[in-house]
Amino acid sequence: MYRYDNIDKAFVADRTAEFREQVERRLAGEITEDQFKPIRLLNGLYLQLHAYMLRIAIPYGTLNAAKLRKLAWIAKTYDQGYGHFTTRTNLQLHWIKLRDAPQILEHLAEVEMHSMQTSGNTIRNVTADPYAGATADELDDPRVWAEAIRQWSTLHPEFSFLPRKFKIAVTAAAKDRAATKIYDIGLAMRRGRNGELGFEVMVGGGLGRTPYLGSTIREFLPTRHLLSYLEAILRVYNRYGRRDNIWKARIKVLVASLGAEEFGRQVEAEWAKADHERTDLPDTELARIRAEFTPQFETLSPRSEALERAKAGDAAFARFLRHNVHPHKAPGYALVDVSLKTPGLTPGDITSEQMNVVADLAERFSLDELRVNYNQNLILPHVKLDDVPAVHAALAAAGLATPNMDLISDIIACPGLDYCALANARAIPIAQHIAERFADPVRAEQVGELKIKISGCINACGHHHVGHIGILGVDKKGEEFYQLTLGGSGEEDASLGQMLGPALPADKVTDAIEQMVEVYLRERKDGERFLDTFRRTGVTPFKEAVYADAH
Amino acid sequence: MPMRIKLRDGNLYPAEDPFTTLADDQDLVPGDVILSLSRFQAEGDRLLSEGRAVGVRLKSDEEVEALAYDLPRIAVVALEFPKFRDGRPYSSARILRERFGYAGEVRAVGDVLREQAHFMLRCGFDAFEPADGTGAQQWEAATRRFRHVYQRAADGRTPAFAEREA
Repeated sequence: MYRYDNIDKAFVADRTAEFREQVERRLAGEITEDQFKPIRLLNGLYLQLHAYMLRIAIPYGTLNAAKLRKLAWIAKTYDQGYGHFTTRTNLQLHWIKLRDAPQILEHLAEVEMHSMQTSGNTIRNVTADPYAGATADELDDPRVWAEAIRQWSTLHPEFSFLPRKFKIAVTAAAKDRAATKIYDIGLAMRRGRNGELGFEVMVGGGLGRTPYLGSTIREFLPTRHLLSYLEAILRVYNRYGRRDNIWKARIKVLVASLGAEEFGRQVEAEWAKADHERTDLPDTELARIRAEFTPQFETLSPRSEALERAKAGDAAFARFLRHNVHPHKAPGYALVDVSLKTPGLTPGDITSEQMNVVADLAERFSLDELRVNYNQNLILPHVKLDDVPAVHAALAAAGLATPNMDLISDIIACPGLDYCALANARAIPIAQHIAERFADPVRAEQVGELKIKISGCINACGHHHVGHIGILGVDKKGEEFYQLTLGGSGEEDASLGQMLGPALPADKVTDAIEQMVEVYLRERKDGERFLDTFRRTGVTPFKEAVYADAH
Repeated sequence: MPMRIKLRDGNLYPAEDPFTTLADDQDLVPGDVILSLSRFQAEGDRLLSEGRAVGVRLKSDEEVEALAYDLPRIAVVALEFPKFRDGRPYSSARILRERFGYAGEVRAVGDVLREQAHFMLRCGFDAFEPADGTGAQQWEAATRRFRHVYQRAADGRTPAFAEREA
């Protein structure tokens, strides 16, 4: 993984020193909360319902053992002994004291981490395919380009006061595990006619109050021009994005109002005027970054007798293999999912003790690498097949081996009204209740892939628009209600969910999910996922089942 | 005479401001003046022919391209921050410096806070009217905070990727 050089280290140290001074000025009363707010927001520090929340950046979802151990220690020392992984692959600590924040940033800097640009109207922490460097279906390692974007976007002088927050996702694989179509900019690597690598550039995706899928404004951008082209997009947005209405300030609204074609024309015109050489990285720098992402795999047999033996005698392990273990590009290796979705617990939460377990496993069995994905789970990306039984046993002992990846209990949920000042309703208890209803692994496996995504308000941090079943918390005269949508997807077959019907009270949501699952099991044809059946039948049978009582 | 912070030879100093900023409904005064875009378009030629130095103050939604033709005879372009979080003037400043090669004064006016000093200097601003009571020393410290930068902008600083090549 990328290691900071002296320049990167000095940069984070300077930033940390600056923040320490700013916090001191605030604690001394030299500046008001109003004046302090934009400063703390440039360092990922939010004021929530009960305490400050610190959002720590995990660039393109990549961690190693030292980083995760440090996060575990910080969570134990300065918070309540746990952290929360988000759909943006960051880690949130929800019980932080302002006076501790500078010290925490110093501890983070020791392991080459920070919380810069995890909030505010800036270019936020960049995300990428969590299978990067481990999957056979990628054209290149997207982390090379994500790291280039991380550096370019860090304290960008022109783009630190954008109309609104700005998020970029990168993938180099055909299967979209980075949700690029719901990002402000989604970059998907393609191979050009002459064999050259480039990016399809999608702009204006996003969820929230008015959801859009991104539009392609350029089919093929040679990779070497990535940064100058991003700079052109950001400049057009910075100049012409709306600033009069926070709900219309995202780039998706500008793209929708101009039309993607016109927006793309303006970007091309801006790009044509720019001196690309000044912005694009030289080949030597790209090579330097690339060299940081070259793990050495051993030559192994593609089949592991040890694993086969373990599988034969253990149904639970076999189920774990079916759902939480995925093919690796190197023979004899696998990607292993670490489930943060134990039914009954909070999706994405992990205790300090569990972090230490996962860190040990990464160090011992996964070339000291870890990934966070937007489904709020962790991944050990480079595990030898021979070691999978031991990894499974260790994860199971720590409560991290629920074999439910992409199944009905692998629910995305934002922190909701339990923590967040913006929320209208709770998300976590809804997720817990549904997951417990489907806790039986045999039943969950029968139902198959079904992605439930829950947001506690219209800001859609829980991605409900792109859930196979989406659940949105709304406030109806002081009571929590939940609006269901069906048929969304955030992947390469991206689509926005369709409204099921009137919002339901909290105690009816799980029943409604179960009724819809029954409809699916009744209607499904060979090999169809819930999403496929829905796309074939439309909303009617689901609607009839859920609202039958109302007729 | 009113003061502003001015960049000279890489350092920030308090400096007297010889310009008077005139509102559109304000009577003309002798000496060097800064005008709105529309007033400059109406009266600029005449004032310049009188031998005055003339500057133009742009609102954040006014495009610097409107000045492209006149830049060689404009002494100051004052870019207005109606609120500190309105980031459009940063783009305007870079376009002035990097695209049009403008060598006159680019002044930050309006809601100008020392937290923006680093960004402003990098985008090519070289004169500042702080709204938060801060002075040249504090601005100097704020702009020297970061030993390295990651991008090329309008200030000539060497970005990290080029430092690494050297």
